[in-house]
Amino acid sequence: MSGRGSTGGSVAAQALLLGLIILLCVFPFYWMVTTSLKTQVLALESPPVWLFQPTLANYAEVLFDDEVGRTLINSLIVAVCTTALAVSLGAPAAYALARFEFRGKRELWFWFVTNRMVSPIVLALPFFLIVRNLGLLDTHVVLILIYLTFNLPIVIWICTDQFRSIPRDLDEAARLEGASQWRIFRSICLPLAMPGVAVSAIFSFIFSWNELMFALVLTRTDAKTAPAMAVSFMEGYDLPYGKIMATSTLIVIPVLVFALIASRQLVRGLTMGAVK
Amino acid sequence: MAEPVTRSSGRWAAAGFLAPAVVSLAVIGLAPLGFAVWTSLHDYNLTNLRNVRFIGLENYTASLTDPVFWDALGRTFLLLGFALPLQLGLGLLIALLLHRPGLGFLKTLTRLGLVIPMATTYAVVGLLGQVMFNLKYGVVNQLLGFVGIGPIDWLGNPDMAFATIVFWDVWQWTPFCALVFLAGLTTVPGEIEEAARLETKSGWTIVRYVQLPYLLPGLTALLILRTADTLKLFDMVFTMTRGGPGSSTELISLMIQRIGFRAFDQGLASAQAVLLLIITIVLSRLYIRIVYREVST
Repeated sequence: MSGRGSTGGSVAAQALLLGLIILLCVFPFYWMVTTSLKTQVLALESPPVWLFQPTLANYAEVLFDDEVGRTLINSLIVAVCTTALAVSLGAPAAYALARFEFRGKRELWFWFVTNRMVSPIVLALPFFLIVRNLGLLDTHVVLILIYLTFNLPIVIWICTDQFRSIPRDLDEAARLEGASQWRIFRSICLPLAMPGVAVSAIFSFIFSWNELMFALVLTRTDAKTAPAMAVSFMEGYDLPYGKIMATSTLIVIPVLVFALIASRQLVRGLTMGAVK
Repeated sequence: MAEPVTRSSGRWAAAGFLAPAVVSLAVIGLAPLGFAVWTSLHDYNLTNLRNVRFIGLENYTASLTDPVFWDALGRTFLLLGFALPLQLGLGLLIALLLHRPGLGFLKTLTRLGLVIPMATTYAVVGLLGQVMFNLKYGVVNQLLGFVGIGPIDWLGNPDMAFATIVFWDVWQWTPFCALVFLAGLTTVPGEIEEAARLETKSGWTIVRYVQLPYLLPGLTALLILRTADTLKLFDMVFTMTRGGPGSSTELISLMIQRIGFRAFDQGLASAQAVLLLIITIVLSRLYIRIVYREVST
């Protein structure tokens, strides 16, 4: 808009800055993937090598010898079940918060938000003792349930926002037709709220898939999740860098795909609706 | 006449919709807290479960008079003090850059690039830190070597280890700040911004007097969310340094985890967890007061 020459220069500077930002964001990811394609000898080269013959040996080794495959399946089972549970419990609650007025609503909101803030260690301690006494350590169901403590609030928050945006007139019209409250929710509002429900499910999945502390404390072998498995490679003196990075890559790829799908809603989700 | 009927039936319906979520969250999230409070009032050691006995507030007085507790808490806030201003400052600059017109494709690409740090599993960020910041095999020292710096013992030196954690936290969360600010900038009405640009050439004046009011809600949310998330921070530090060397990177969550699961003193750890919870609740109160004002109406 101003003089052509000055914009030309500033556009080049802008492009350079943007390129630098992209590089900084992508480089660690690039380094993780390339390290996962190196043999142990190559990974321990000093200084590090940039060009080499890539090998998939680390992937074959972690998936088939070290049972990372099994822990990925555990992660999948836990994340899918807890997400399904969070959505089926959370969506009706969100509907009620968006549609009804009742005493204590403010306190209920506050309680839901607090769950987003609480450090997992606060719950991990008593949960460990309780679960140990019940003989349920190292089972999927324990993780599925405890992950609800952060998934339910996120589902409720995002879905409440979504239900609010659906006109109340639709509810009123259906009520005049004689539809029950449940039917109005099930057949009219829920289908319209699907975009919000889907986004909240994606978030719930990502958070559960990424979780480490509860998995570390509450599982040993049978229900061990992939992040906990990646950490267990860290024991010992000679760290198997290639294997650690191969496992890391396998963990990060699905999350990244989901996050990119939901990238437009990422900010809204992570601030729990405080920023649209 | 119909009014009271619908209201009371509405209340029942609301209870029906809410009950499953509320009951399950109470059983999973609230009942264990009660148990944590009970544990915190006892001498409860995993290696000596036969001798669990009531000791009143002894675990609390022990925590509050223990420099280790205060050091860990201080370290946590020190991390916040270093990382948050950097994240907010850099985030704002990136947001302003992305908000300028032109270079559409490159900007879309940048926005997608910004998602990568935020989405990377926290535990993996820590593992990646071990690989990239390694004294001998790390790529960071190699790159610094090209410009004549180094080699630096990032993870072996207490101060550098703390700096590495600050760096990683800034790497992971600056994009988040940038995207929140960008969302704020897009809410500034176009006419107002254009009118201001005709008045002044100073970009800073525009930020300060035109855009800042629209950035405030996001800024408040960021301040409080980043505070809460730093108090929660565990995965990245645990996988990268385990709180070491010494206790130079032992944040509050790591310290409680160590006392509860590596020193097996569940009573003391529970007391510290309850104290952490109280701090968190105070901060959350602030959060809902300031950020979710519309909820109360």
